[in-house]
Amino acid sequence: MAQAERPGGPAGRPAPVLVATGIDKGFAGVHALRGVGLTLRPGRVHALVGENGAGKSTLIKVLTGVHRPDAGKLELGGSEREFRTPLEAQRAGIASIHQEVNLVPMMSVARNLHLGREPRRRGLLDLRRMNREAAEVLRRYGVDADVTRPLRELGLGAQQMVALARAAGVDAEVVVMDEPTSSLEPHEVDTLFAVVRDLTARGTAVVYVSHRMDELYALCQDVTVLRDGRGVHTGPLADLPRRELVGLMLGRTLVAARERPARHTPDADAPPALRARGLTVRHRVHGVGFDVHRGEVLGLGGLLGSGRSETAKAVVGALGADAGRVEVDGRELTRRSPAAAIRAGVVLLPEDRKAEGLLPGRSVRENIVLAALPRLSRAGIVSRARQDEVVERFVARLRIKAASPEQKVADLSGGNQQKVLLARWLCLAPKVLLLDEPTRGIDVGARAEVQALIDELAADGLGVLLVSSDAEELIAGSDRVLVLKDGTPVDELTGERVHADALLAALAHETRPPAGDGTNGAQR
Amino acid sequence: MSPTVLTADRRSAESPAERLAARIQRHGALTVLALLVLLASAFSPGFASTDNLGAILGNNAFVWLLALGLTFVVLTGGIDLSVGSMYALGGVLAAWAAERYGTWAALLLPLAVGAAWGCVHGLLVARARTAPFIVTLAGLLGARGLLQLVTDEGATTHLVPPGSAFRALGEGTWTPVLVSAALFGLGALLLTRTRFGATTTAIGGNEHAATLMGLPVARTKTLVYVLSATLACAAGALGAARLGSGVTTVGVGYELTAIASVVIGGTLLTGGSGSVGGTVAGVLLLSVVHNLIDRSASQYGSAVTDTVNGAFLAAVVLAQALLDRGRRDE
Repeated sequence: MAQAERPGGPAGRPAPVLVATGIDKGFAGVHALRGVGLTLRPGRVHALVGENGAGKSTLIKVLTGVHRPDAGKLELGGSEREFRTPLEAQRAGIASIHQEVNLVPMMSVARNLHLGREPRRRGLLDLRRMNREAAEVLRRYGVDADVTRPLRELGLGAQQMVALARAAGVDAEVVVMDEPTSSLEPHEVDTLFAVVRDLTARGTAVVYVSHRMDELYALCQDVTVLRDGRGVHTGPLADLPRRELVGLMLGRTLVAARERPARHTPDADAPPALRARGLTVRHRVHGVGFDVHRGEVLGLGGLLGSGRSETAKAVVGALGADAGRVEVDGRELTRRSPAAAIRAGVVLLPEDRKAEGLLPGRSVRENIVLAALPRLSRAGIVSRARQDEVVERFVARLRIKAASPEQKVADLSGGNQQKVLLARWLCLAPKVLLLDEPTRGIDVGARAEVQALIDELAADGLGVLLVSSDAEELIAGSDRVLVLKDGTPVDELTGERVHADALLAALAHETRPPAGDGTNGAQR
Repeated sequence: MSPTVLTADRRSAESPAERLAARIQRHGALTVLALLVLLASAFSPGFASTDNLGAILGNNAFVWLLALGLTFVVLTGGIDLSVGSMYALGGVLAAWAAERYGTWAALLLPLAVGAAWGCVHGLLVARARTAPFIVTLAGLLGARGLLQLVTDEGATTHLVPPGSAFRALGEGTWTPVLVSAALFGLGALLLTRTRFGATTTAIGGNEHAATLMGLPVARTKTLVYVLSATLACAAGALGAARLGSGVTTVGVGYELTAIASVVIGGTLLTGGSGSVGGTVAGVLLLSVVHNLIDRSASQYGSAVTDTVNGAFLAAVVLAQALLDRGRRDE
């Protein structure tokens, strides 16, 4: 059996190869990890799961020497270790591969495999031996290609395999895999699984990060669930039903904590404020359609990688859609770009407000009026008086807490930053608001306030699409919830079914056959 | 274990046209050079004469070394604008040292100053993370300033004493060619057969990946600037040996010709792909073009040389952009 414990090891569970305890890590005052622990045993695959921002990548970066923890300790083979660089971690036997293949595409396959540890003869690289060894090693990983050709000529699966072969090397005790399958074809996933099983059979401990439930259950023996930077569960995966796992990831109490105020019944005759049909983005979104009426909040749920954010981006044209149509108030949006969407009255509050929205070094005023500048100017000259008027109105309406409109946005709290972004779009008087994770990274009090604000805006007649990974937020804040899985709508919750249990059932829904079965490392 | 075999080889999907395009990128300069030499030998009387070939090679051989050092810098994704100034500085320092202390000093002083100067460039780029363009532009200006100082603002011309052994290095046609060829050979070996060379290419190909793979990124980036400046100063010293004096006004604009040679030789200006052999073809091609224009003695004369060089460069960069786009669409 691939999952057999290390041969010759003591009876029972083998001693852990790596133990992390009490890991704390913060960035600029935000806690990414708080007291997280992880125990890896040889020959076992340990799943690390959690939603975006749960702290998975930070934990991986601490394990692999990219980040140094603020507190906590790492024990490798029983002795405490500290890694200052990725190289130190690699030398200690902790290898990693990432979602993106971190190799050099223009260099040859053999060179990529050997970079930094090339065999040498009389001081010069021994190219012949390099190529011969590379071909041998890669054959064991199921890659049969001309190793003297540039890496980029290989398919992504084979490239990922080269990365894995490089990382695992000869003496890796721990291999960390961060969403290794996200860009692979199904048959490439099978090969990867076979390689992972082969690694564990040799006694390597594997950390496997993925948001694909099917893969986790097919491959992993143990699981650690992270949420908001804390470890919320750890134990054997087989003992944890799929639905409970989803519940742990999405978390909180999962009771409908907040009743949405009396719901607006949409005017059946009027065209919907926003109608999307057959939205398709290659590999991400497959034929998603929905209506959002005035005064209505449509929730868009799904696990990480389900295509929820991509759907919102495709609607406004921030992501190129391969197919599909979008109508605003019954009129089709023919040109698809964020600018055209804004002109039609559809605005998107992006998920990552720091990277995709705010200008942190500029003032509250400048951030608010940015998108409205064309409307506030005459012959290209911006009227300061009209700016001040708009800013004053929205600061009051959204209850933005800033010392003055001239305060830098970077100095505001997360909740107030989000309100500044919201104000930027609201002063354009939109018809439809697309909100992608509007309360992420905002503390609890401000979260309730932003949620109340969303209700008010809907009550004022805006159509709202609420994209959220937070089950509670979706249930409490939406009139209806559309659930996506792998880019495809799998369920729509309406009326009584807008309920946490129904949402969890829909999220855990199995639509794909489990990947990798039937290749249990045993085909020889 | 033998899991599903991933041949996953894209070459099958690559059309013959694409393969040809990739080959042209790698060997384009050589192909054009060969064609040009054949045509010139056939139609331009006297082109293939020993005298003329000697003139093409002997007069330029040292200047080509600027492109050799620059090849390494460009491969990391950087740029070194200071090589023209370093060339002039090397020449003047060599003549000054030969005048006072003899042959060994004439050789070693420029090397030491070049290495130190390049080290400053390298540290500023690799450790302080400043832009190579600006750092080496400062180097270009700084080296010119130092020249003015050594020559009393150009009033003093230092002469390499006649009969000095140092002069022998630059005499005749074939000594410079052999010295230069030997250095190019060493450079090719350094690039393809050492870890330093592999790291150089890897940095230009994907610096983030190179860091994650644990390669010595900062050290290698520093060293390519040391190499470039040292070679430029050495080239200047050898040039002074040939001329018999250190001339302050030489080298102006040489950095641009050197960059053009490197790029025409198929090295990507963004780094990560290129070869010393390509650079050799690049420098030879530009020199032959120059020679042909001079020889044709048309009414335009050598005035059009730079225009032709510019056209070559534009054509190459355009071809690279098109090839690159084709690749991305795959």
